[in-house]
Amino acid sequence: MNMKRRVFLKGTMASGAVAVAVGAGLLSPRQVLAAWPKSAFEAKDVSGAMNGIYGSDLAPASKDIEVDAPDIAENGAVVPVKVKTSLSNVESISIISEKNPTPLVAKFNMTGKTEGHISTRIKMGQSSNVIAVVKADGKLYSARKEVKVTIGGCGG
Amino acid sequence: MAKTIKIRARIKGGVCEVKSLIKHPMETGQRKNKKTGKKIPAHFIQEVNCEHNGNSVMTADWGTAISANPYLSFSFTGAKKGDTFKLSWVDNKGESDSAEVAIK
Repeated sequence: MNMKRRVFLKGTMASGAVAVAVGAGLLSPRQVLAAWPKSAFEAKDVSGAMNGIYGSDLAPASKDIEVDAPDIAENGAVVPVKVKTSLSNVESISIISEKNPTPLVAKFNMTGKTEGHISTRIKMGQSSNVIAVVKADGKLYSARKEVKVTIGGCGG
Repeated sequence: MAKTIKIRARIKGGVCEVKSLIKHPMETGQRKNKKTGKKIPAHFIQEVNCEHNGNSVMTADWGTAISANPYLSFSFTGAKKGDTFKLSWVDNKGESDSAEVAIK
């Protein structure tokens, strides 16, 4: 991407980006956004994010979920997180970083074949809890782990 | 578009273990261009779809807080050597890519 295009996009960030995609004749953005839980990803707090994806922000803590993340993350832009659960019939696993500007990080939709674990790398704006929410057998469960961040990875 | 996806899918103890790396900036829309002081537009992967022999085994919805050049690992059952595993992604600008490998 060259600098001119960045300048062109200034001010009209969101609409500009969509217009470019449409203009380039790529996949229709509407099609993409249809399945993607936009309101949940734009929610500014944990309960908003949870209500957005699960319709409830109540998820009792479960010992059957393990959140594996470092105690201290030197670089908030790359925090390895692993979520493991021994619950059966896992429908989805979501990762939430409590104090990020938009806390919802990702939602992984499992199928009957998927084993109950997932690992990825996330960005964290500041020290906070990483919350894993697991939906299994139609019920919500959660677990959390505190991660101290030395350098935040969300702004600049 | 150049290949953006690297996948390793391997059978281990009857379970297929998938490890993948995607090359993508995962721009949050909150970072500022230091020269102009303007915000850099958000550009991030929203959907990831994983298929085994054409059947979906896992899909993921991602936000901006997945790190740049995302790493994803998970495993699934019911696969055997030589089966195909396909991973595809779509980002908020409508760009996409997919890659297919034979399970080892």
